[in-house]
Amino acid sequence: MALQGFTPARLELREISKRFPGVLANDRVSLSVKPGEIHALLGENGAGKSTLVKMIYGIMQPNGGEILWDGQPVRVTSPKFARKLGIGMVFQHFSLFEAMTVLENIALGLDRKTSQRELEAEILEVLEMYQLKLDPRRIVSTLSVGERQRIEIVRALLLNPKLLIMDEPTSVLTPQEVEQLFETLRKLATNGCAILYISHKLHEIVALCDAATILRGGKVVATCDPRAETSRSMAEMMIGASLKTISKVEGRGFGGMKFEVQGLSQPKRGDFGIALNNITFSVRSGEIFGVAGVAGNGQNELLEALDGERPSADAGTVLLEGSPIGTLGPSARRARGVCSVPEERNGHAAVGEFSLTDNAILTARNRLQMVSGGLINGTKAEGFAERVIADFGVKAQGAKSTAGSLSGGNLQKFIMGREILQVPDVLLVSQPTWGVDAGAAAVIHQAIVDLASKGCAIVIISQDLDELLGLCDTISVINLGKLSKAMKVGEVSVEEIGLLMGGVHGDPEATVHMTEVLHAHPV
Amino acid sequence: MRIRFEKRPDPSRTMLFLTPVLAVVLTMLIGIVLFQALGYDGLKTVEAIFFTPVLAAYKWQDVATKAAPLIIIALGLSLGNQAKVWNIGAEGQYVAGALGGAYVAYLTPGVTGSWVILAMIVAGAICGMAWAAVPAFLKTRYNVNEVLSSLMLVYVALQLMSFMITGPLKDPNGNNFPQTAPFTEAQLMPHVLPGTFIPPGLIVAFVMMLVFWLVVSKSVYGFDVKVIGAAPSAARYGGFNAARTIWTTLLISGGMAGLAGILEASSQSGQINLGFASNYGFTAIIVSFLGRLHPVGVFVAGIVLAITSVGGQVAQTAVHVPSAAGGLSQALMLFLILAGDVLVRHRIRIVSSQANLAAGERL
Repeated sequence: MALQGFTPARLELREISKRFPGVLANDRVSLSVKPGEIHALLGENGAGKSTLVKMIYGIMQPNGGEILWDGQPVRVTSPKFARKLGIGMVFQHFSLFEAMTVLENIALGLDRKTSQRELEAEILEVLEMYQLKLDPRRIVSTLSVGERQRIEIVRALLLNPKLLIMDEPTSVLTPQEVEQLFETLRKLATNGCAILYISHKLHEIVALCDAATILRGGKVVATCDPRAETSRSMAEMMIGASLKTISKVEGRGFGGMKFEVQGLSQPKRGDFGIALNNITFSVRSGEIFGVAGVAGNGQNELLEALDGERPSADAGTVLLEGSPIGTLGPSARRARGVCSVPEERNGHAAVGEFSLTDNAILTARNRLQMVSGGLINGTKAEGFAERVIADFGVKAQGAKSTAGSLSGGNLQKFIMGREILQVPDVLLVSQPTWGVDAGAAAVIHQAIVDLASKGCAIVIISQDLDELLGLCDTISVINLGKLSKAMKVGEVSVEEIGLLMGGVHGDPEATVHMTEVLHAHPV
Repeated sequence: MRIRFEKRPDPSRTMLFLTPVLAVVLTMLIGIVLFQALGYDGLKTVEAIFFTPVLAAYKWQDVATKAAPLIIIALGLSLGNQAKVWNIGAEGQYVAGALGGAYVAYLTPGVTGSWVILAMIVAGAICGMAWAAVPAFLKTRYNVNEVLSSLMLVYVALQLMSFMITGPLKDPNGNNFPQTAPFTEAQLMPHVLPGTFIPPGLIVAFVMMLVFWLVVSKSVYGFDVKVIGAAPSAARYGGFNAARTIWTTLLISGGMAGLAGILEASSQSGQINLGFASNYGFTAIIVSFLGRLHPVGVFVAGIVLAITSVGGQVAQTAVHVPSAAGGLSQALMLFLILAGDVLVRHRIRIVSSQANLAAGERL
């Protein structure tokens, strides 16, 4: 350990190990965070980041090793104790009550009892100090995701934390919101708070962090100064192999018109659904069309309207090579060449308790002639499943293993492979690499590009702007069920797209409306 | 301290097959203790319920006769249960089927020819379907829970039966007894395997088992039913229509119950009287789960349940336990198999208050 004079590290982990049945999630992990330092914890899904953080925050106990807080060994027995020490945490998934105000939500999360008036004063003080914009009396359901995250941050800041843990904070934010968050974090660090920043987005880490610890397979594989590294070099440390560059032919032309959507509108489903509002776009053969947007702006509704899960009343709203298919269901559209991959892998794109063979039957049975006389040809289905496994490098113990036993990345590779090997004319994909490790993401991206080069028209709906800008030829933004005009990638700036993404907050009219509806009882 | 259920990532397949067997064995053990505590000879009671019907050859025909309707009804129910469509009203569909067949019999008093019994069987199946069509319509059109609607229709069917056998279908030569006229020779189910104890219903049950086995394991329809039950969103994505599956599974299970009803009337009772409804439709629910919703399992489970039914009667005369003893064993068996299912799929963890605090930490 380096001698650090009279200021010991705020947090130091020494050889922390955590074992679960059958897995060593953390293998002698050591790291140290100084006061005022923004320290990145970097790693792919399953590298052991979450486990490590849970032990720091007292949700789990390590099997071995030592945690030092300001130089003193401590046992963090519970999150309550962690907060007493001065550890704050902002989780990836927020736990907020939609129908309550910001103030009420914050009051619910506090360990101490304070009157609402005092608490509001405290909150306003924190907001003032960090120049965060948030109205404590607003009802949560009227807030954008960025504002919701600010509630969680304020909640943590009210405790005057000495260490703030941020778990994948930017996955749901627009580029502008990310910039605001970074401002706040930098200010916090200047005031002496240590920050442990967990992410797999490398350019963010380069932009924000002073130090990085990279985990792979539960072990620390490198410690580095991100400012001295490139995104690529850190990515290679993270996946432990050199990264394949996606080979995309530049300046290629497109074929004829393949897939057109004209004035597609659908009413909203349920209280929290989003109505689709006059959606119009078109995709040519060989073109990759991207739909950007913050989660919950109608992406799922759009995919289900396009692939036939929720057909429209008007056939002319969706056209395949000029012929109307808007009223057809998923099987009929698939038979005509429109295949799709929904966002949710488990329970939507695949059935967890079914074998991979059965999951192949789910969508490929008619296109690949697995059925005759109402009976399923099991051998044929199994052969196809095995071909998907082999061609897409799916790590599975054969076609008989259940979909649920595969890791997220492997299951996604299987699902993508299942649709791509059906040789679709149009492929609709939602969140192709959500929660997928970098290696699998590269395989999936390459497969999409290859499919397009064979003349398939592709629609990608994604919240990952980098992914869309890297893959797509044309891009548009969905916000509150409305699709922006299509823009050519390369001619449009990230800022412009960010403004279009806006979120609920970006539409003042809708916000006012929702506030009126929900403001039944003012505080 | 708190007890928490956690989903097992990979439930053991062996245990999945073993739970029904364990449930039966545990039922016997608990039965011994229970009946002993109630003041009977526990060992003897359980022997009478579970073993006498198997060991005494003269009871085999009874067992086979009781097993047939249970298996036929449970095959249909299992299909629906796989799609998580819960038809609890098979008893009503069974009665409706029998009444439909009896109505054909009422219209054909002096007619001969084998088409008579065929027409009765078809009418029985159709009436069973019609009875199940009501919950199907309510479910798909108004999202009415089929458990409630199908169950309530049982009592409607029982009232209808009372009305029919005391009114329109009453036997004119029956000394005012509430019963239909006895079926004629042409209206009775012929004994298919003469000289054996095997009733015609059991042969129908066996053939149906093979048909259902093929449908469930090999056909697109069987796949449809399983996907709808396992993951409705995935089913919609795969191009399966949930409303259609609700209709078909209810119609099939209703039709099977109706078929069982008319087979019972035309091969056992030979008429319909007040004692006709004998809870086969309810007991078949147990058969369906004890048989793991698998056609072969259902066949075996049907025989096991028939044994306990016959055994319950044996125990009444041999040990003088009340008639509830047989039903009690059956209910115990269902309870144990459902409990066993939960334990195979979940593990119990006792969480200390400390860890509990951590887990419940995020509101």
